[in-house]
Amino acid sequence: MSSLQTFLAMGGYAAYVWPAYALFFIVLIADTVAPRLRRRRVLRELSARLARQQARQDRAGGNSISTSPTP
Amino acid sequence: MSNWIPLWLHKLGSPPTFYRFAGTLQPWAMTLALLLGAIALYGGLVLAPADYQQGDAYRIIFIHVPSAEMSMFIYAVMGVAAFIALVWRIKLAEVVAMESAPIGAAFTFITLVTGSLWGKPMWGTWWTWDARLTSELVLLFLYLGVIGLYHAFEDRRQGARAAAFLAIIGIINVPIVHFSVNWWNTLHQGSTINIFGQSKMSTDMLWPLLTMMLATKFYYAASLFRRVRTDLLALEGGKDWVRRIAEDEAKS
Repeated sequence: MSSLQTFLAMGGYAAYVWPAYALFFIVLIADTVAPRLRRRRVLRELSARLARQQARQDRAGGNSISTSPTP
Repeated sequence: MSNWIPLWLHKLGSPPTFYRFAGTLQPWAMTLALLLGAIALYGGLVLAPADYQQGDAYRIIFIHVPSAEMSMFIYAVMGVAAFIALVWRIKLAEVVAMESAPIGAAFTFITLVTGSLWGKPMWGTWWTWDARLTSELVLLFLYLGVIGLYHAFEDRRQGARAAAFLAIIGIINVPIVHFSVNWWNTLHQGSTINIFGQSKMSTDMLWPLLTMMLATKFYYAASLFRRVRTDLLALEGGKDWVRRIAEDEAKS
C-alpha cells in the first residue's frame, strides 16, 4: 500500500475521520458564503432605494421633501 | 452615559467607525485563520503519531475540541455583548450578539456531529444522554432560540433585545457544559482519560490542537466582522455614510 493510501485509510477509521473533517469544512464554508450573499443583497436593495429617491427628486424638480412625502 | 468607558471605545462603538475598522481587520483575520488552520491540519493529520489505544480515530480531536471550545467561547462573547446591549442600548453590541449566534450554532453543530462520529467507533454508540452531550445539545437549542427570537419580531432592535435577554439567561449553561465531566460521572470524561492514560497529551499531538484552537478564534473574528458589517449597512440604511458606500459599490 502506498503512503497516500495508508494516510487515506486512517488506520481503518476513514469512515469516521473523513466525514468529520468534511462536515467541519462544509459548515464553515456555508457560514462564510451566506453572509457574503446577504451583503450583496443588502447593497443591491440600498442602491435601488437610492435610485428611486433620486428619480422622485428629479420628478418633483428638486423640492421633493415638501411636495411628495409618499413613499 | 458613564464616563469610565474610554473615548476610543466609544468611537469604535459608532457604526461607521466600526464598519471601517472591521473591514480593515477582516482579511487579516481570515488569512491567519486559513494559515494556522492549514498548519494545524498538517500537524494533526500527518505529523502527529497515531494514538496507542484509539489508532487514527483520535484525529477527530483536532476539530472536535476546538469546535467545542468555540461553542462555549462564542456563547460567552454573545452573553457579554447581550448584557451591554440591554444595559447601555449600544447598537453595535446588539449586532455583535445577534451575529455571534449563527457562528456559535455552527460550531456547536460541528461539535455534536464530530463527537458522534468519534463516539461510534470508540464508545460503540452515536449518542448517549450523558451530562456533557446533553448540555452541549441544550447549548445548540439556546443558540437556535436566540436566532429564532431575534427573527420573530418585525422590529429588528426589539427582536435583538428579546433575544439578548434569552442569551443572558442561557449563559448559565456554559459552566454546566464545561464542568459537566467533573460534576457527573459521564461517558465522555472516562474516554478522555483512557486516550492519554495517566499522562498528559504528548507535544506532537498538543501543538496541532492548540494551533487549531487559535485558528478557529481568528475564523470567528473574520466571520463576525463580515456579518456585523452587513448588519450595520442594513440597520443604518438611511444614513449618509451608508449611502456613500452603496453609491461606491454601485459604481464599481
